[in-house]
Amino acid sequence: MTMDPLDKLVAMANQIARNLAHDDDPAGATAAHIATYWSPRMRAQIAACEGEGLTEVSRDAIARLGVRHAD
Amino acid sequence: MGYERQADFGTPEVHGDHHVTCTIDGRAVTVPAGTSVMRAAALAGGSIPKLCASDNLKAFGSCRLCLVEIEGMRGTPASCTTPVAEGMKVQTQTPRLQKLRRGVMELYISDHPLDCLTCSANNDCELQDQAAAVGLRDVRYGYEGETHLGAAIDTSNPYFDFDPSKCIACSRCVRACDEVQGTLALTIEGRGFASKVSAGLAGEDFFSSECVSCGACVQACPTATLQEKAVKDIGKPERAVVTTCAYCGVGCTFRAEMRGEQLVRMIPWKDGKANHGHSCVKGRFAWGYAQHADRILSPMIRDAIDQPWREVSWEEALSYTARRLQELRERHGRNALGGITSSRCTNEETFLVQKLVRAGFGTNNVDTCARVCHSPTGYGLKTTFGTSAGTQDFDSVDDSDVILVIGANPTDAHPVFASRMKRRIRGKDGRPGARLIVIDPRRTDLVRSPHIAADLHLPLRPGTNVAVLTAMAHVIVIEGLADEEFIRARCDWEEYRHWADFVAIDRNSPEVLAEVTGVTPQDVRAAARLYATGGNAAIYYGLGVTEHSQGSSTVMAIANLAMATGNIGRRGVGVNPLRGQNNVQGACDMGSFPHELSGYRHVSDAATRALFEAEWGVPIDPEPGLRIPNMLDAAVEGAFKALYIQGEDILQSDPDTRHVAAGLAAMELVIVHDLFLNETANYAHVFLPGSTFLEKDGTFTNAERRIQRVRKVMEPRNGLADWEVTQELARAMGLGWNYTHPSQIMDEIARLTPTFSGVNYARLDAEGSLQWPVNAAAPDGSPIMHVDGFVRGKGRFVVTDYVPTDERTGPRFPLLLTTGRILSQYNVGAQTRRTANAMWHGEDVLEIHPTDAENRGLQDGDWVRLASRSGETTLRAKVTERVAPGVVYTTFHHPETQANVVTTDFSDWATNCPEYKVTAVQVSPSNGPSDWQADYAEQARRSRRIELHRAEPAE
Repeated sequence: MTMDPLDKLVAMANQIARNLAHDDDPAGATAAHIATYWSPRMRAQIAACEGEGLTEVSRDAIARLGVRHAD
Repeated sequence: MGYERQADFGTPEVHGDHHVTCTIDGRAVTVPAGTSVMRAAALAGGSIPKLCASDNLKAFGSCRLCLVEIEGMRGTPASCTTPVAEGMKVQTQTPRLQKLRRGVMELYISDHPLDCLTCSANNDCELQDQAAAVGLRDVRYGYEGETHLGAAIDTSNPYFDFDPSKCIACSRCVRACDEVQGTLALTIEGRGFASKVSAGLAGEDFFSSECVSCGACVQACPTATLQEKAVKDIGKPERAVVTTCAYCGVGCTFRAEMRGEQLVRMIPWKDGKANHGHSCVKGRFAWGYAQHADRILSPMIRDAIDQPWREVSWEEALSYTARRLQELRERHGRNALGGITSSRCTNEETFLVQKLVRAGFGTNNVDTCARVCHSPTGYGLKTTFGTSAGTQDFDSVDDSDVILVIGANPTDAHPVFASRMKRRIRGKDGRPGARLIVIDPRRTDLVRSPHIAADLHLPLRPGTNVAVLTAMAHVIVIEGLADEEFIRARCDWEEYRHWADFVAIDRNSPEVLAEVTGVTPQDVRAAARLYATGGNAAIYYGLGVTEHSQGSSTVMAIANLAMATGNIGRRGVGVNPLRGQNNVQGACDMGSFPHELSGYRHVSDAATRALFEAEWGVPIDPEPGLRIPNMLDAAVEGAFKALYIQGEDILQSDPDTRHVAAGLAAMELVIVHDLFLNETANYAHVFLPGSTFLEKDGTFTNAERRIQRVRKVMEPRNGLADWEVTQELARAMGLGWNYTHPSQIMDEIARLTPTFSGVNYARLDAEGSLQWPVNAAAPDGSPIMHVDGFVRGKGRFVVTDYVPTDERTGPRFPLLLTTGRILSQYNVGAQTRRTANAMWHGEDVLEIHPTDAENRGLQDGDWVRLASRSGETTLRAKVTERVAPGVVYTTFHHPETQANVVTTDFSDWATNCPEYKVTAVQVSPSNGPSDWQADYAEQARRSRRIELHRAEPAE
């Protein structure tokens, strides 16, 4: 049941967003998490997918990528 | 210095502030009150004859040899059971005592064979020593009376023999099994002269008994009654070197007892701070893999994986590898390269591999096997407490009143610590035992075994850890059991309120969540109350916590519970991840993760990078690299081309085998650096032979952050220690590395890592071990963390909402598979399968509940097909009530089974740690191996071919 790599990145982003839903700023926390742990290539790939399959929060997070939280 | 047994002071050490002074044979000695006369005499440099006493067992007072005379006391009391008193005057060697002792000894010897010269314990036998000490010259009773001589030897255990004719019925083995190991497998059968040691029921030999082969009885035996087969074969050792075991994360210290270059036996070292003289079947006995015929000792290369291997010199292998790495970097860029460090190798070796990747390859694409086990621990504990490590030392458990074990099976996976934990649960000398809560889908041995019973077992549905822990938090908050004073002082109060409000809502009650967890709400409530109010409460957890889609959330939920109840920052409490492999903690500490440098500092931190750049003289990429699953994905997409894997078998250990295979097959250069042609090597182009832990110097860091020395006891059979292999590869790539000893690598680690700044080999050798952080703030190391404040400042409560995994059961896959380990095997089994441990576990089996088995027409021992959405395999069924209906369980020790063909590529949301513990499966009858297994076996056979002779080059 191996997923297509891009679908997998989308699923991962959605999963992160869902688990950070209780943060004060879920999209910001999701963006910070992705910036901290994902390689630039993975970030570029998901940024290029133009939001397809992303939930509202993760789409917002991807849009804000590149902004690193102070933490 | 020649071979000598470790000193035995006769009775256990007593701790206490109150000291008393007595004189023994005229010599004054001051000892803690409660110390036995026997121990005091030994500390004063004397030696009272003894046979039934040993300093890792409670005094027993049966052998009648240790009699002494005490001024003002009548008779001749036994020195092992008599505590010293202030001003006491003791005589240990008088004519009266000598006569008594000779009489006793005479009786022993009248029923003991006198084949000393040909006995395997000759010159290493306490009975022999004591006969000499008491000056026994004659046995008046003769040897013709009724004796136990000539009894049959039990050779059933692969590692030791039991020869009852040499037994003196001192009970040391029985007591070691009870007190040290806690298995209670041995007993004294019969009474009086008919007394004999028996392994369980009549007619049971050692192998078929409940004996777990920990070796405690063999170590305790004062004669050759219980003797290692290796000593019988080889003879008495001639030297001993103290080193650290390379199996699990407990990190037991052993004396490797040697004869020349040959290891005779591994004896647990009593001064080892992790194991205090105890061991398990793996560390004690399962080291034969080091000499196994399968071990590869020459480097090998091949251009394509369908070709046979070609043995080459080290020079050729290294220059070939370096050239190909450089070509691939030029063609595809530095980020097409990467490496995997090993949790089985030393800190120094791990550090060098990540240094090679970051400084040599020029990328942060480095990861470690902790990705697939404890990466959520790293994320979860760093987020809540501020650093990625367990909070306690192992000794802390002695002060616990409540022990909560979740997602861990320590009696199989961390047996030496489990024995310690069980001792605390049983209680001692009138002190009540600790209460025990087990949260696990299976009824593990801890739930019920001799003299151990969990107060509460919460058999949750796999994948619902967060729900159970949130329900416990709900009870603690709603019932006012939180330690608000601790929280106000130590944690962020606003974050606590936010969390408390969340857990308090109705949908987080045990009653509502029972729907998903399957756990009786009353039991969750009882567990919460016991944990919060039972005194010092400690949580121990394992991979049943981390290897889930909410692994990181579960770790944080555990940290939340500990903070909410004030169970952090002192002995007896804390959050304790039990690490799977020997150096998981160390590999994580050493900067093996793609996003951080050693000491858990993110690569984006310019000040940290500057430190490394100055030391290494190259720029460090400020962006995180690829994790193992990301590397495999990138390889399938064609963007990742070369991987250097040290001491790790990702094809067998990582989930979704087909995906791993596809990723490896897509790479142009796979370099496997290992002892054996493991499963991953089927896809490799370069094989660099590795060295065992016996063949190199270095350090391992265990689950309690304890840094311990690994010492070379024999020359590397492959010619180079692993750190030297990595160094030679770096040099072949043009890096000017010139380490001549691993201590220099540790010095570099200490220069670059604030938590290690006080660590060096001189101190480790002098002090035995150090627990990081060791620095100006904690010069002697840190047995307990977060004592006065959390590493991050204020402890942080994080809301952990239960998010169900995407892996769901349904009509096609109605059962949940969860995976784990068994005592006799270790991880992928590469080492333990190549020892006699295979006798206990020759294949992986599928545990299935009788109801599920009956519904499928399955009987115990039947071949079954185990299928998931990812793949299928076949194995034999074991019908057992240890698993709940709806849950099946297997181990992943054997490549023939390939349990990971079945597991999915779902993973932890924060770390991509694979979700091994939950896979929806179907089980059905089968006739034998699946097509995958047959194809795989054939492919493995073909890919392991080694060209016997190098073909002559064409004219």
